[in-house]
Amino acid sequence: MSPAIWALLLKSLGETLYMVAVSTAIAAAVGIPLGILLVVTEKGRILASPAVNKPLAVIVNTIRSIPFIILMVAIIPLTRIIAGTSIGTTAAIVPLTIAAIPYTARMVETSIREIPAGLVEAAESMGATPLQIIRKVLFPEALPSIIEIMTVVIVTLIGSSAMAGTIGGGGLGDLAIRYGYQRFQADVMLATIIVLVVIVQAVQLTGNWFARRADKK
Amino acid sequence: MIELKNICKNYPGHEGALKDVSFTVKDGEIFGIIGQSGAGKSTLIRCVNMLEPPTSGEVIINGRDMTRLSSSGLREERKHIGMIFQHFNLLSNSTVYKNVAFPLELAGIPKKEQKERIDSILNLVGLTDYADKYPAQLSGGQKQRVGIARAIVSNPSVLLSDEATSALDPETVKSILHLLKDINRKLKLTIILITHQMEVIKEIADRVAVIENGRIIEQGSVVDLFTSPQTETAKKFIGSVISNDIPEAIAHMDIKKTKTAPDDTIVMRLSFRGEVADEPIVASLIRTYNLNVSILYGNIDYIQNTPFGKLIVTLDGHDSNLTAALRHLQELPIESEVIGYVSSHLGSASEKLG
Repeated sequence: MSPAIWALLLKSLGETLYMVAVSTAIAAAVGIPLGILLVVTEKGRILASPAVNKPLAVIVNTIRSIPFIILMVAIIPLTRIIAGTSIGTTAAIVPLTIAAIPYTARMVETSIREIPAGLVEAAESMGATPLQIIRKVLFPEALPSIIEIMTVVIVTLIGSSAMAGTIGGGGLGDLAIRYGYQRFQADVMLATIIVLVVIVQAVQLTGNWFARRADKK
Repeated sequence: MIELKNICKNYPGHEGALKDVSFTVKDGEIFGIIGQSGAGKSTLIRCVNMLEPPTSGEVIINGRDMTRLSSSGLREERKHIGMIFQHFNLLSNSTVYKNVAFPLELAGIPKKEQKERIDSILNLVGLTDYADKYPAQLSGGQKQRVGIARAIVSNPSVLLSDEATSALDPETVKSILHLLKDINRKLKLTIILITHQMEVIKEIADRVAVIENGRIIEQGSVVDLFTSPQTETAKKFIGSVISNDIPEAIAHMDIKKTKTAPDDTIVMRLSFRGEVADEPIVASLIRTYNLNVSILYGNIDYIQNTPFGKLIVTLDGHDSNLTAALRHLQELPIESEVIGYVSSHLGSASEKLG
């Protein structure tokens, strides 16, 4: 591989990391509270409110059922409004984030649901407010699995970001398709794959390590 | 003082989970509620701190009706009511120290003051060396000690115990009950406990209510319940810790309902309690009435500090003496009951055995 390709590889790697980092951060910031909200607003829970729960569940399900490649194209007008353009790495962050939020929320919801009801009851018996229960019981108890969930989200986003590359988003996916596939440069294809495998491995191992450390069960 | 007045609880699809339940618990008292699973005791104890608001009725704690409080007023009131649970309900990702700190955190108490309180409470429950351990590293009994520490760290006036010993092995049950009695005395803490284990009632409760199908069918002092239970359910519960049955060897003796032969001997059951248990009843039967008394079975148990005894004896002697002796037994403050009659040679055989 020529030095130019190496430089390109490095640049693409940077773009991928940028897309994944920003969309992961937003997905965590929105998706985790949304996942908790999906549980606590349910009937019989601490903030029971069907008026909030039902619409949220519908929105989450709707977005979750659209394949990413279709979602990406379908929301181009929205992407233009938010990012100012529909092409480029920054623009790719919009569909990535929109797909990742409900994905994160659904998994967080499942892990919150697994917390024994008795823990919430104990906190209620001590006079905890719903917000205190969320902050001091639900979140800390679910933290190990939330770390695992975020690890899965990052890995999934690395994959999706490659798809985003095909519509001009840049990144490693874009590189592999344009050079490795369309120009038959097998070495570029191979290099891209190796880089992806290394990143995913690193993310997974780091995630596992943090999750294990947080889990005292 | 805690007063529950005419508590009813209906769930959608389940009317009458609690039916007109009333009781009063005095300050510093240990009040036990015993019932089978599904009797409504779990719902009942949750009515006290309004985790399950009753459909109707009043819950008055220290003069305040819990059922009329706003949600923030209720949260404030709950800070004075500790609760412990069958499955401990500890935060699994927090240390023992952090678990005990939880109610103090909620109350916004400064860290330094928290530490003093937590250290002294951990000392009281015997877990000083376990402050930095996580619940998963503890045994069941130790977990319940953490639960107790957490429940009393904010100086509540009442402790609610929801089957706190049901998930523990018998040895541990004793030590936890001992701890509860200890904090009841030291901290003048009123305790309301629910259980299906009569042993718990026998060991630590002052007064007891028996609940069945959402209704309290019997209540009173524990000693009264043990010595003269009024309902079948209460008798069954007592039978689980103090055998009411005639021991098998005696039942096999072919006890007849009526006297069939002139020399048949009477088989009697004598139950006595308190001071009477110290009196030489058997000796007086022998001396005063000149009877042959042989003891087939005897047992003295202690319900907390009150002795409670039971004897199964055969009485043999002159008819006139027997009649006088039976009359004498009727006059004593004990319960006596003629179980039946056995052939005298059987009676004397057991005499030799005894």
